[in-house]
Amino acid sequence: MAVMSDTALQAAPATKARGYWATVGRRIARDKVSMVCAFVLVLIFLSALCAPWLGLADPYQGSMIRRLRHIGTPNYPLGTDELGRDMLARLIYGGRLSLIIGILPVILAFMIGTSLGLVAGYVGGRLNTAIMRTIDVFYAFPSVLLAIAISGALGAGIVNSIVSLTIVFVPQITRVAESVTTGVRNMDFVEAARASGAGPFTIMRVHMLGNVLGPIFVYATGLISVSMILAAGLSFLGLGTKPPEPEWGLMLNTLRTAIYVNPWVAALPGVMIFAVSICFNLLSDGMRSAMDIRN
Amino acid sequence: MFAYIARRIVYVIPIVISVALVCFLLVHITPGDPLVAVLPADASQELAAQLRTAYGFDRPLPVQFGLWLWRALHGDLGSSIATGRPVLSEVLRAVSNTVTLAIAAALIGFTLGLLFGLIAGYFRDTWVDKVATSIAIAGVSVPHYWLGMVLVIIFSVQLNWLPAVGAGPSGSGSWGWDWEHLKYLILPAITTSVIPMGIVTRTVRALTGDILSQDFVEALRAKGLRELDVFKHVIKNAAPTALAVMGLQLGYMLGGSILIETVFSWPGSGLLLNSAIFQRDLPLLQGTILVLALFFVALNLLVDIAQAAIDPRIKRG
Repeated sequence: MAVMSDTALQAAPATKARGYWATVGRRIARDKVSMVCAFVLVLIFLSALCAPWLGLADPYQGSMIRRLRHIGTPNYPLGTDELGRDMLARLIYGGRLSLIIGILPVILAFMIGTSLGLVAGYVGGRLNTAIMRTIDVFYAFPSVLLAIAISGALGAGIVNSIVSLTIVFVPQITRVAESVTTGVRNMDFVEAARASGAGPFTIMRVHMLGNVLGPIFVYATGLISVSMILAAGLSFLGLGTKPPEPEWGLMLNTLRTAIYVNPWVAALPGVMIFAVSICFNLLSDGMRSAMDIRN
Repeated sequence: MFAYIARRIVYVIPIVISVALVCFLLVHITPGDPLVAVLPADASQELAAQLRTAYGFDRPLPVQFGLWLWRALHGDLGSSIATGRPVLSEVLRAVSNTVTLAIAAALIGFTLGLLFGLIAGYFRDTWVDKVATSIAIAGVSVPHYWLGMVLVIIFSVQLNWLPAVGAGPSGSGSWGWDWEHLKYLILPAITTSVIPMGIVTRTVRALTGDILSQDFVEALRAKGLRELDVFKHVIKNAAPTALAVMGLQLGYMLGGSILIETVFSWPGSGLLLNSAIFQRDLPLLQGTILVLALFFVALNLLVDIAQAAIDPRIKRG
């Protein structure tokens, strides 16, 4: 008996329960796919951020005599575009605008949608009906159509493209936030907080936000993948960035005419969009399964 | 069942009116006067005032909306500024081409998606599952307009097997179901099918996995049912959700075809939308978006009804 209680005591500290988020973090860190994706994304982010210090060619400086060089040309490892600008430099500099117009709408929609969904889910009643029925109207449009309708009406431009994509994503995030909040609302700890006199704002901020943020965050991470494709798509159509700015969607558009001359250089910007998009998707999948305690 | 259908239709009416309102307001969020596109740059004040009255822009917004909705209900969406032709006939002709493309893409995407999804869900965590899920995740992550370009590079530029743009030999002309026309459909249809393929695969895989882990499957096996018959039960249980997802995807293909139609110069509603945007042809823009959104709402309604028809549990809710 005494021996058993001894070992039990010794074992206790080793099995000390880790916090939920620490467990999730460890599970993600052990997932090879997620780690590779995170590494690739960090690489793309850092190179875009540090582009001026990487010793690259000027992404705006063209030359008529060295247009559409092939991949592997000395001094131009990834060739040159239709105006003779260095592709490597433009792809790396292009990450700046492309990532901003792709990710910012999701961040904005995350903040707006979470607030709307939290309020709708917690307060319930008429306010819930008002918010959720308004959201339903936006669900009557396919998202690509809605994005193009809004930015087509507002006119071309970076700000307009960010605004239109934010409007597209707010309803989706609000729906997720509302359903998660409704699930948490009637749990005992919320009831306890209410009984001990906490006001609705305190309950939402202190007690509920932490419990609903996880699933919404995972959903939003997956949305970045869609947003990257759509944002670059708007630029591809001529509704986003304007030349001569380096941006992946716009580069794809202006290089379309070059597919008969130098097809593989023309396809390069799409590889970047694809890489960022797939990495965010896989990362979102990895987070979801890491947060799923049943596994 | 009829009560359910009636309830669903009644629920759709406010949605249709709100959709019309959004389409109507689109023109009014445009910077500047909606007349800018119609008026010549050196127009006099009188001409501007005349046109404003002619188009009814001088009336209060709710009145304008009422009049516009009334005309729209009678099939009058105004006429295109660029061509002068009625918007509705322009849109419907273009939509029929988009429907052709969407159906071809749905056939490819849904068949592959169902196949991959069922196999991956059934053989979960084997190498087959890994291959299928990788294809699916690539499908939902690929910028489809770029994929279209790559396919053109391979099959049109390099191999010279299929045409790069258009919807038939010798320019426009009407669509026909012969090889000469089908050649033009292959690349855009494959490109369009990639996203639905990925999404259907992921959905069906998750569904199959969930169903297989339920107790009734264990009971069926214990009863001595052959694996093929167990599989039939799995399909039956996965059908309603899979159907809903496929309906939604078909709607996305119809409404979101602008990028692919631009890459392939496919003369559908997306290409029409593209030219309406860049010519600032606001009646055409408004009309195209309204028609596409109404298609989407109608499709969602049909999916809901079909779902209730094959799954008796839904009607009670």
